[in-house]
Amino acid sequence: MAKPIRYVMVIESDKCVGCAACVFACKQENGVPEGFTRDWIEQEVRGVFPQLTMENRSQRCQHCDHPPCVYNCPTGASHIGKGGVTLVDRDWCTGCKACIAACPYDARYLHPEGFVDKCTFCNHRVEVGLEPACVTVCPTNCLHFGDVNDPNSKVRHMVRTRKWRTQKGELGTKPQLYWVESQ
Amino acid sequence: MKNRSGINRRTFLSLSTAIAAGTVAGTAGLTMFPSSRQAKAGILAPGMKATASFCEVCFWKCGIQAWTNSEGRLVQITGHPAHPLSNGRLCPRGTAGMGNLYDPDRIRQPMLREGDSWRAASWEEALDFIAERMGAIKKRFGAESLALISHGHGASFLKHMMKAYGAPVGSAPSFAQCRGARETAFKLTYGEPVGSPESTDLENSSYLVMLGYHLGENMHNTQVQEFAKAIERGVELVVVDPRFSVAAGKAKHWLPIKPGTDLALLLAWIRLLIDEGRYNRDFVAAHCIGLEELRQAVAPYTPEWAYTQTGIDPALIRSIGRRMAMHGSSALVHPGRKTNWYGDDTQRVRAVAILNALLGNWGTKGGFFRGSKLKIPKYPTPPYPPSNYTFIKHVVERFPLADQVPTQELVDHVLEHKQPPITGWLIYGTDLFNNFPNKEKTINALKKLDLVVVIETHPIELTGWADVVLPDTTYLERYDDLHAPSWKKPFVALRQPVVAPQFDSRPAWWIARELALRLGLEEYFPWKTIEEYLEARLQPLGLTLADMKQRGVHVGEAPPPYTDTPRFKTPSGKIELYSETLAAKGFDPVPVYHPPAEPPPGFMRLLVGRVPVHSFGRTTNNRMLAEITPENEVWLNTISAREFGVRHGQRVRLVNQDGVKSDPIKVKVTQRIRPDCVYMAHGFGRKTDKLKQANGQGTADNDLLTRIVEDPIMGGTSTNTNFVTLLKGRNGEVRHG
Repeated sequence: MAKPIRYVMVIESDKCVGCAACVFACKQENGVPEGFTRDWIEQEVRGVFPQLTMENRSQRCQHCDHPPCVYNCPTGASHIGKGGVTLVDRDWCTGCKACIAACPYDARYLHPEGFVDKCTFCNHRVEVGLEPACVTVCPTNCLHFGDVNDPNSKVRHMVRTRKWRTQKGELGTKPQLYWVESQ
Repeated sequence: MKNRSGINRRTFLSLSTAIAAGTVAGTAGLTMFPSSRQAKAGILAPGMKATASFCEVCFWKCGIQAWTNSEGRLVQITGHPAHPLSNGRLCPRGTAGMGNLYDPDRIRQPMLREGDSWRAASWEEALDFIAERMGAIKKRFGAESLALISHGHGASFLKHMMKAYGAPVGSAPSFAQCRGARETAFKLTYGEPVGSPESTDLENSSYLVMLGYHLGENMHNTQVQEFAKAIERGVELVVVDPRFSVAAGKAKHWLPIKPGTDLALLLAWIRLLIDEGRYNRDFVAAHCIGLEELRQAVAPYTPEWAYTQTGIDPALIRSIGRRMAMHGSSALVHPGRKTNWYGDDTQRVRAVAILNALLGNWGTKGGFFRGSKLKIPKYPTPPYPPSNYTFIKHVVERFPLADQVPTQELVDHVLEHKQPPITGWLIYGTDLFNNFPNKEKTINALKKLDLVVVIETHPIELTGWADVVLPDTTYLERYDDLHAPSWKKPFVALRQPVVAPQFDSRPAWWIARELALRLGLEEYFPWKTIEEYLEARLQPLGLTLADMKQRGVHVGEAPPPYTDTPRFKTPSGKIELYSETLAAKGFDPVPVYHPPAEPPPGFMRLLVGRVPVHSFGRTTNNRMLAEITPENEVWLNTISAREFGVRHGQRVRLVNQDGVKSDPIKVKVTQRIRPDCVYMAHGFGRKTDKLKQANGQGTADNDLLTRIVEDPIMGGTSTNTNFVTLLKGRNGEVRHG
């Protein structure tokens, strides 16, 4: 029996230059209000001059398999949607911020109109066969989206053939952003 | 016009006085970001419509699809999938281009200076005024007394109008303040410039060396795309930069070179390749002249010697040089773009050009590709009136190999009352205070002019020195001439209006034509509409405007952009490792190293650059982009920060070697820069309350660049020759803000 669809993102951070095109593309595609973003850039520099390393990361909701935001939502607004994507039903959300407190990745914000908002993997685009806006804009092509359970998908191939890591997996959240090297 | 006596007839007049007086149509309620409940579904929302065009938030000119909603408002911009410069992808600036379009601070109507105040004028009145002044200048001094200073694609029709008027005098900061040194050096060596977009085959490079070239912080879309592909293919990357740039973070070797000593490193590599016989012998034998002279000239430059200048381990210099040679014609030493650093830049880039020649990568995969372009005949117009073009004669007296006018020459010409006089500037899309060196001199020149016309989208500080200010359209509101540069595949792209012009702005093609009609030059503008002009230019390609409006871009066919039989337009017909042209003008025919000046005790060298979300001053008032990067920071090494006793995030003032103080700027304490230099991004520190977002945000590096070294070969003005320290109070404390 075929496994159900499981959307994930595989990110080649060694190609990312941290330009934030993904941030602007997301804000436009999803009408994110001024002062907030659903995705963001982290730049991590380690070492002491001149022995340094740097990683640029395009960050967003990890769409966990075990999402603490969903478990902590008192109204059921936060839920797991089609393809394992973590979503918020705006009509059920009271803006209590329990999910914001529960999220170890700081991926949610309180929208000025009174509900909690976050990355949806652009599910409105995915439904009609398009990729998320951040994936299509990226000049370095470092973001890859797809169904990890589809044996023919690019993301499955990447996850199966490359060394990957996830973030804060020790919390048991089973995050679904996979970080890989491009080579 | 009674101002030849040197009296200052011009004072600064902030453009908004009249605007505040209530002459403006109400446009309140312009919001940048639509409510999420209204606009949930992005490009899939009902009523969304895409218009194909090309971008101009920077000069790269990527293809775009601009999405308007059911109300006709531009809400989203994505990359054009078929355009060879964007390939469907876009940088942050292009994505947020509507932040420039819908900026409520834009100039709203033509403004005329009237005594000590501004007066809103009709286009009719403003154009009549300019045409009358232009006529008078031509009659009294000759047409060449009017100069056009321009930047951007829209300038082409103004240039045409000026040539028809008889004034081929013009200048653009893209020469002396950007890539002029590079183009001059490559012309001297290969007989042609690198060009824009750069003819570097980054995607296929197997070994890539970048000196001070911070790709990834400069977001030239196609180059960044190819750079990422090269990383994916496993390119060996060497980044030479005093700063741990984003590119350096991806490098196999980061060489934190002492600023100003790049030429020493390049010469050591050249010597190594020749000395060890590792250069591409077949290529050099077939295509280069002057190898013997080069061998002798670089003899002293051993890796051990280079270490004394650059601080780079000689063993590493050797191993990188050998590795580079091993990769040969698929290795690339990137020529960079903004190359005006120290005033000896033509010679430094000459060394880059020579090193590439020794690798034999001209016309190769992974080297410099040979692009092709579509041949589009000009719209037939009568020949321009004859002109002696006396101005370039002034220029080559001082800078013998300049083939464009360095901007500072226009300023000096006015201030020194040279003949024939220049009495008027027509300024299009160029922020003189941000990009000309020495703002004070520029202001003094502006004060002496009889006519200053500024055509701009935004009320930048410069508009305060104009007689007439004309509100320009952004690239999203107009047609423009076709764009058909040389690239791997030839193409032609159309710019077309996505939305109607905001406020009472008008495009440059219309302004140029209206002025031409008033000056009796109608035979040079025989087309009635821009559509008619574009249709006529597209016709020889077998294209129609209607078709191009749908597609936005037409890509032609061409063989792969590589060649085994390159041709060179140098005097010798070969690559000139040794340059007779330079020798004849009294310059070093092979680059010779001169150590840079050392900073005074307690001072650090000021280096400048850019951030990925801004096109310098052009976007600092773009509220969407400013949301991510509202201001610049000064980068300070942790050791220096400890010595000065400043913390990360603290605001300080900088003072340069001439005692010039900066505006307050935030300190970024970092390991990512050498302790002997500091760094800041260019384009911030605007000083006009008319730019409500950008005003007072960050610091203008240009204020601190008072010591300028001019490149004696082509007139480039240095940006890295100033030293700064943190301003301290009487008791030695660092002043806060």
